[in-house]
Amino acid sequence: MNANRPWWRPDGFAVYAIIYLTFIYLPVLFLPLFSFNKSKYIAFPLKGFTLQWYEKMINTPDLLEALMNSVKVGVAVAVLSTMFGLLAAKAVTRYRIPGRGPVMGFIMVPLVIPGIILAIALLILITQLDIPLSLWTVGFAHMLLCTPFAMLVLISRMEGFDKSLEEAALDLGESAWMTFWRVTFPIVLPGIIASLLLTFTISFDEFVLAFFLTSTDPTLPIYIWSSLRFPTKIPPVLALGATIFVLSFVVVSFAEWIRRRGVKLESSSGI
Amino acid sequence: MPGGASPSGIMLLAHDDLAVYKARRYKDLSFMSRSATSSPGFGLRLRRRFLASEALRGFSLLSPTLLAMVFGLAMPLLVLFTLSFWLQDYVDFIKTFSWKNYADFFDKPIYGMILFKSIKISGMVTLATVLLAYPMAYFIAFRIKTNKLVWLILITVPFWTSYLLRVFAWKLMLGYNGVVNSGLKSIGLISEPLEFLLYNPTAVTITLAHAWAAFAILPIYVSLEKIDRSLLEAARDLGENAFMTFVRVTLPLSLPGVIAASLLVFIPTVGDYVTPSLVGGPSGIMIGNIIQSMFGKAFNWPLGAAISVMVMFTITAMVCAFLWGTHQFRRRVA
Repeated sequence: MNANRPWWRPDGFAVYAIIYLTFIYLPVLFLPLFSFNKSKYIAFPLKGFTLQWYEKMINTPDLLEALMNSVKVGVAVAVLSTMFGLLAAKAVTRYRIPGRGPVMGFIMVPLVIPGIILAIALLILITQLDIPLSLWTVGFAHMLLCTPFAMLVLISRMEGFDKSLEEAALDLGESAWMTFWRVTFPIVLPGIIASLLLTFTISFDEFVLAFFLTSTDPTLPIYIWSSLRFPTKIPPVLALGATIFVLSFVVVSFAEWIRRRGVKLESSSGI
Repeated sequence: MPGGASPSGIMLLAHDDLAVYKARRYKDLSFMSRSATSSPGFGLRLRRRFLASEALRGFSLLSPTLLAMVFGLAMPLLVLFTLSFWLQDYVDFIKTFSWKNYADFFDKPIYGMILFKSIKISGMVTLATVLLAYPMAYFIAFRIKTNKLVWLILITVPFWTSYLLRVFAWKLMLGYNGVVNSGLKSIGLISEPLEFLLYNPTAVTITLAHAWAAFAILPIYVSLEKIDRSLLEAARDLGENAFMTFVRVTLPLSLPGVIAASLLVFIPTVGDYVTPSLVGGPSGIMIGNIIQSMFGKAFNWPLGAAISVMVMFTITAMVCAFLWGTHQFRRRVA
């Protein structure tokens, strides 16, 4: 931004940025507001401050069970899809593969297909194979959706580092496996962490696939969906939403703080 | 998708070096083993062959992922396609080939109409998100000098809230006792709440444009950030004004980001089910709701499959037309 600009003639882009941020923040900020509102109806005017919805949230076993289901599925999906993404990213960036474009395009298909169509296609296949619907089928569907994201994140990290490091390790007599663990893995680690976080978040928030592919075990979005139909069940859900939001804010700030410290240490050590 | 022609070209070059280098390495190795044993066993030869072939090693690394995707993606889509030619008979399928579902799709105007409306809504959403996101991405890429990451995080923070709750938030904004109505009432502009705000296609459009904003900003930002700033200086030095520099240099160079953003928003929103269900009302129904009902209340899976195939077909055609259009634009301007 231009610091010499007088305050009565602000930068048009800066003004726009503030309006834009208001647009994307405003609706979302009303959710935590109503989680503190002393009324079970989500409507104005506000009735006063209360923490009862947070208390109710902790005392709603269904909600906590759905939360646990989502965490379980999310962790499994994050680990598996990052693994698949890592294999694919290494293959694509390190080897000349005939038909690289079509193969990558094929893996990316879940990104460019409406979720509902992927969901019903999987539903048809799974019922035709007589596989019972469960959290496993949800996890499988989420893994399909998350693998391309993991691959994209890891490809950009793999492309960014110097291949000669790997070659040097191989030349100095390390086996391919040890080269991976001692050279490749530490360098792509930030990419792996980013991929784990991203895939977990996608799975944790995914609704349509889970909606079609689960039987009786709800994931958190499915629980939220069912409670949106009953006005009185909404406030505890808003309380949970606010809690998750604050938690993720803390996690991301902490991660950013760590990253900055790392950068500072690196630059101060004179590398 | 992301990654233009030049980076992959550079990568190919690097790969060539690597291949030459490796070939030399393996030649050394084979020389060594030849001196040790005069005729290597079949297994060893196979192993050497495998190690020497880049493609084989690459594909073996790729195979778990590829296998999972074939089983989880190619097969379901194939089954979906097959099912669209079957018929529903109470709880069973009649497994003989039939065009009836497609005939139904074209005979009853309701399906085509709703598909058209979904495309229209998604098109509006895409246009709105991209147009609104571009100046913001431009601001972060060109005007912010330090702490760009903080701005990017600031943009993504609202999207950490559950998608369902974000959509629900618009019900709060536009509803009968919602934010807009209460606000207008308290400043005395209206005496009775406005009822036309919620449950219509406009509400769906606004909600989707809000929910998908981050998907537009990030790709556009990345493509703007990549632009070599000296090109802009060159254009200015050669006498173009700021506006023409933008039109003839910045905009064409950021087009890959705009294209990626458009596709990332357009394709998933055509089939969106949550938003029209929550804020669309009867007039805001989209094709996702129709597909869902075929697998729910209406219980006609084959017809649902046929509609899905038609949706995919339409989206593919639209995307091809869009890519062709942007290609023409780039040729004419740049």
